[in-house]
Amino acid sequence: MNSSLAGFLQALALVGALALSYRPLGDYIAHTLTSRKHLRIERGIFKLIGVDGDAEQTWGAYLRSVLAFSFVSVLFLYGFQRLQEHLWLSLGFPAVTPAMAWNTAASFVTNTNWQSYSGESTMGHLVQMGGLAVQNFLSAAVGIAVVAALIRGFTRNKTDHLGNFWVDLTRITLRVLLPISFVFALVLVAGGVVENLHAAQIVHTLSGATQSIPGGPVASQEVIKQLGTNGGGFYNANSAHPFENPNPFTNLLAIYLMLVISFALCRTFGKMVGSHKQGYTILSVMGLYWIASASLITFFEHQHSGIAAQIAGAAMEGKEVRFGIPGSSLFAASTTLTSTGAVNSMHDSFTPLGGGTAILNMMFGEIAPGGTGSGLYGILILAVVTVFVAGLMVGRTPEYLGKKLGAREMKFASLYILTTPAIVLCGTGLAMSLKAGHGGGMNNTGPHGFSEVLYAFTSAANNNGSAFGGITVTSTHWETALGLAMLFGRFLPMVFVLALAGSLAKQAPVPESTGTLRTNTPLFVGMLSGVILIVVGLTYFPALALGPLAEGLH
Amino acid sequence: MSTPTLHDPAVEPEALLPAGETEHRLSAGLLDPKQLLTSFPDAIKKLDPRVMVKSPVMFVVEVGSLLTTISAIEKPSVFAWVITVWLWLTVVFANLAEAVAEGRGKAQADTLRRTKTDTVARKVQGTWAPGATNVTEAEVPATELKLGDYVVVEAGQIIPGDGDVVEGVASVDESAITGESAPVIRESGGDRSAVTGGTKVLSDRIVVKITSEPGKTFIDRMIALVEGAARQKTPNEIALNILLASLTIVFLLAVVTLQPMAKYAGAEQTIIVLVALLVALIPTTIGALLSAIGIAGMDRLVQRNVLAMSGRAVEAAGDVSTLLLDKTGTITFGNRQAAEFLPIDNVTDRQIADAAQLSSLADETPEGRSIVVLAKEKYGLRERVQGELTHATWIEFTAQTRMSGVDLDEPSGVHAVRKGAAGSVAAWVRENGGTTGQELEIAVERISNRGGTPLVVAEKRGSEPARALGVIYLKDVVKPGIKQRFEDLRAMGIRTVMITGDNPLTAAAIAEEAGVDDFLAEATPEDKMALIKKEQAGGKLVAMTGDGTNDAPALAQADVGVAMNTGTSAAKEAGNMVDLDSNPTKLIEIVEIGKQLLITRGALTTFSIANDVAKYFAIIPAMFASVYPGLRHLNIMALDSPKSAITSAIIFNALIIIGLIPLALRGVRYKPSSAQSLLRRNLGIYGIGGLILPFVGIKAIDLIVQFIPGLH
Repeated sequence: MNSSLAGFLQALALVGALALSYRPLGDYIAHTLTSRKHLRIERGIFKLIGVDGDAEQTWGAYLRSVLAFSFVSVLFLYGFQRLQEHLWLSLGFPAVTPAMAWNTAASFVTNTNWQSYSGESTMGHLVQMGGLAVQNFLSAAVGIAVVAALIRGFTRNKTDHLGNFWVDLTRITLRVLLPISFVFALVLVAGGVVENLHAAQIVHTLSGATQSIPGGPVASQEVIKQLGTNGGGFYNANSAHPFENPNPFTNLLAIYLMLVISFALCRTFGKMVGSHKQGYTILSVMGLYWIASASLITFFEHQHSGIAAQIAGAAMEGKEVRFGIPGSSLFAASTTLTSTGAVNSMHDSFTPLGGGTAILNMMFGEIAPGGTGSGLYGILILAVVTVFVAGLMVGRTPEYLGKKLGAREMKFASLYILTTPAIVLCGTGLAMSLKAGHGGGMNNTGPHGFSEVLYAFTSAANNNGSAFGGITVTSTHWETALGLAMLFGRFLPMVFVLALAGSLAKQAPVPESTGTLRTNTPLFVGMLSGVILIVVGLTYFPALALGPLAEGLH
Repeated sequence: MSTPTLHDPAVEPEALLPAGETEHRLSAGLLDPKQLLTSFPDAIKKLDPRVMVKSPVMFVVEVGSLLTTISAIEKPSVFAWVITVWLWLTVVFANLAEAVAEGRGKAQADTLRRTKTDTVARKVQGTWAPGATNVTEAEVPATELKLGDYVVVEAGQIIPGDGDVVEGVASVDESAITGESAPVIRESGGDRSAVTGGTKVLSDRIVVKITSEPGKTFIDRMIALVEGAARQKTPNEIALNILLASLTIVFLLAVVTLQPMAKYAGAEQTIIVLVALLVALIPTTIGALLSAIGIAGMDRLVQRNVLAMSGRAVEAAGDVSTLLLDKTGTITFGNRQAAEFLPIDNVTDRQIADAAQLSSLADETPEGRSIVVLAKEKYGLRERVQGELTHATWIEFTAQTRMSGVDLDEPSGVHAVRKGAAGSVAAWVRENGGTTGQELEIAVERISNRGGTPLVVAEKRGSEPARALGVIYLKDVVKPGIKQRFEDLRAMGIRTVMITGDNPLTAAAIAEEAGVDDFLAEATPEDKMALIKKEQAGGKLVAMTGDGTNDAPALAQADVGVAMNTGTSAAKEAGNMVDLDSNPTKLIEIVEIGKQLLITRGALTTFSIANDVAKYFAIIPAMFASVYPGLRHLNIMALDSPKSAITSAIIFNALIIIGLIPLALRGVRYKPSSAQSLLRRNLGIYGIGGLILPFVGIKAIDLIVQFIPGLH
């Protein structure tokens, strides 16, 4: 079987599996988010943290809960790493340095999972399991909780109530993430991913050399790393490591896991707003971008210039032979279009245009399908902007899902679309103009060196977490700058999303008529796709021209 | 003195309903190139940064222009100065768009001002009571009148201020504000009591109670409105401005942060080039035209003799989902017309037609005339003139007898013919020895059931007993073309509700014929109010017209309340628009103008954003192809040189503003149809067009500017 056919069949199997889980999973999440009944264990948790599970929150209260919870999480995770040497299962590793501990805490709480450390030589098992993996669950649940509040803003009328963050967080974790993770962790173990509490074992090879074989509770962390679009690898090599991702099957499963919730949330959205077509519309835009991106990266990676690539028949540098071009390209597209950031190949070694596509994927705001929750709210904000412009063209002040888009709504939507580009561009611009950035840490020159810096800030601000590499990011400058980019990139948009949700929920609904812009048609799919490409993508055109385009065009 | 008019009555009321025409286009006057010249000084005045800052996008352009000017002075070059000049032109063009839009209003305001001559008011001294015969008057300037003062106005005098007639009847020339030269009757009490300051009493004497303070009269408000002095940004305009401002900030960041990246690449850019890139990317087209679009929208209403008290009301008109339409005057002609003669017993068609015609010859009401016309058109009866019949005694219609007719002296005796309300004529027949049978009752009832008005015709020949001949079917005639209009509205997603005082039966018949979605029969002001509130509770926006004082609460409650100029001042105060022509059909047009305003805004925003793609392809390779030769592949327009490419993009950017001023003022073409087809059309023209046009335009400009020395 040639590589193209194999790639096509893999993609087909993936699409089939995603299609099969779309309805049941989406409906189940919708049920989880709307059900009035609490499980006994949930009631116990509410009692423990002192929350009234039946009380609802205003957008302000919801936001304060999100921020407070995340703040405490950052502190906890920071402390955990700093105290690791005194803890059980530390494997003898010392405390993580303050800058790195801060960066990692920010990274895992923001669902970014940017790693400036090497897992197997920095983190003990307890920190991995009790600190990092826990945040893998919780940060993913926070994203879904925020989008749940936004959807409620559309579905509810004349109310201040957007649900209860603590209830949403608990339910999503207990009812959605844990059960799925449990099942697929077993599948991963069966597929060959390791799961133990061993320290590194020194073995003597046949040739007499010694080799250090790391152990760890990998499968249990690997599953939520993908499912929660986290991406923080147990090992430094992330999903390229044979213990994390041993074969094409686990590779495909990993891609499936990182996409499944975010795509299914469209169904959840459709179900909650009472129109599955609305869900399918959003799904179509996400799907289009995903297919286009995966195809583009695969195409670029098959192009081979240079002697090494021509001998290999493709750009194989930095890619695992067991995954090949298709398995690597599909993974790269999916990991940068979601906020996962796990990698099974070195993106830095991709062709300039292939790597550029990965950067562009993140620049779109990771909305195809994006991070758990964050992808959906990101694309919904873009839909709001699209409806605003398109709605005017049908001769009415714009309305989306029965809610008017006035000055207040546009203020929050505008601030949202402003935030991430501001962080990426200012971060990159500053890095290039400061000594600490330009030359300070950059190991490459020319357009490629620039692409690496651009990638780093794009990845951090969009909470992706993957890296081109090529920069020494362990200096205090980089740890701080990227940590801030991650925090602002995560929580500022959440502020605007929840404020928007609050303002939408207050409104009385506008009934639909033939004069209303229909947001469930192919025409709207086209418009939304166009707005994403022009409004979001073009912002970065000059930067991309100096990086990947300059390198890739001959 | 010739009476200044606001303008000619723009549209004849009936011309609004071109029968059978499915497509119509809203338009305002075309742009006169001279206006561009006359508005130029105003455009320059608007360069004041304190004025510019109101439009964030253009303010950024102005600051950019300033920066390039400084830079061009420091390091002069042909390129620097060409860019600088065109950037300033971009700002001036934007101001010009606004100035032209305002200029049209100013001309109208000037005409209105002329009516505000120094009128002298005859103010009643002391208190005035109805019926007071000897009032003492004092002559005071009109500007000193206060709320609640009473003034006397006689034939030939100008009414000094807005008010209500509290005594007397007068014919008033209101052409100063309506442009309509036919005088109107204003009388105390009822719904015709409001008079407007600046209009002229032509006959009789009236006493007017002043209802507005000086400086806040209707004309003052009109002047402020058409001049745009009272213009505030509307909610949707604010929302759009927010979006545009945020796009501007994003692009500002993209350009500012580009310099360190460019420096790293070894291609540091000049201020001129960076500003050029910024101006090309930020949405200048819509930023420049936004306020002109708003002013022009209000202006289009003024062209149709409608005054919107706020831009908010115009926007709301575009959103209206329920129209409450008064039956009379909007859906049907004001008068009933004879549709058919129904003979009873053994009377022939010709006999009844003849009698009906005879009895109506002296009836000058529209109903009476329509009977004569029907007799002529359908039964071929030549119209007789009154003088032709000698020995005839004409009996005119009175409210007491509710009959009209004629007594003819014939050799055989007096031949009396009567026509009138069923009850009255039946009573006349019985009084004159006749009987009325069941057949008459059935005929009368049948007409009533069909929503018509029955008029019974009877005669008495000599000494014979009187007998009923049959019934005339008077019906409300639905205006031609109105059904199509309602279908258009339905396609736009707007529900029409007919409001009528008729009984439900009549109302249902007319509603069916006119094709309205619903009707409210035997409507009282309370019913109207309840209906509006019910619709609004469902999230719908309601528009209505009204003129009476009892309409005022409903007008105030409605999202778009159009008061008729003939109405009371209470109604005019309550509504958010006033129709100077007092034509209720115009409500439909107002909705369309509201929609057109929003569409124009959306279309130009889309166009403006879509333009960016081509500009990137012009400017980015120009900036960086020298250090990264691969980027020359992005120069897909094959522009001559980096300098000519940047210049062409900036010139295109400026020229497109001038090119689109007419469109901004006129509004984009609007044809009532569903949201889906409107979107498809506008997206095709302004989205796809906006994507392609700049590629062509920039290339064309480049073909010319490459010959300018210093740009090659």
